[in-house]
Amino acid sequence: MKRVFPILSVLTAILLIYALYQALVVAPTEQTMGDVQRIFYYHVPSAWTAFILFFVNFGASILYLIKRRPAADMVALVSAEVGVVFLLVNLVTGPIWARPVWGIWWTWDWRLTSTLVTWLIYVSYLMLRRFSSGGQTPTLAAALAVLGALCIPFVYFSIWFFRTQHPQPVIGGDGSIDPRMMHALLINWLAFACFAFMVCWSRYRLEKLQRDVNQAHAMASLLAPHGSTR
Amino acid sequence: MTNGYLFAAYAATWIIHIAYLGTIVSRYSRMKREIAELKRPDVRS
Repeated sequence: MKRVFPILSVLTAILLIYALYQALVVAPTEQTMGDVQRIFYYHVPSAWTAFILFFVNFGASILYLIKRRPAADMVALVSAEVGVVFLLVNLVTGPIWARPVWGIWWTWDWRLTSTLVTWLIYVSYLMLRRFSSGGQTPTLAAALAVLGALCIPFVYFSIWFFRTQHPQPVIGGDGSIDPRMMHALLINWLAFACFAFMVCWSRYRLEKLQRDVNQAHAMASLLAPHGSTR
Repeated sequence: MTNGYLFAAYAATWIIHIAYLGTIVSRYSRMKREIAELKRPDVRS
């Protein structure tokens, strides 16, 4: 197992470099927007990866609520944290793309606002995990995760239900896309998904280590003659 | 000028990811220190 992680890390790094090459060199230049449209190859896969991680968080939270398994709670925490990072990338690259194309950094339309609200829900989930120390924290967080997951379909379908400034979805939308653009998009998504998996793996190991250390501290406190070990 | 926005978006993406990886590495180092501290004989006894 110790060898698998470095090998997969190197493969993921190679895939990310290949995906960057696809996005910047192989994919054709879009006629209206020019090169700035290439932000699309980071903006969209970041959102897709974040939503997959939030669905993993949802599944793990439901599992925790039913079975009370600590591993499910750890998976929920890790997927939410990494998902927040990926959705932050989406929220940062969006305005950078919007400024030269729409002439504005931000607009309070349904898609953008619902994405921001979803991100804030998951940030509040992480704040709850970080600053609440009660025994009920994982249960409360799991309930909040279920609420957060309900926002994700709304974010995706908001551009179908409402008139927004945001373009239609790439998959399932009205417009067509050049096959080379689609190829570059899917390669970038695969690379981002592999990268997210590796980050989740590292973060899961850290979380497990942290819980073991906390348990060891608690044991040391119990065994110490004067009630303090540090 | 539009290439500046493209560069900014790609740079921002990797700055965010590298900063997050940095927090994981830093927390991991802190855990390692705490484990070493817990293994010290005066702490265990």
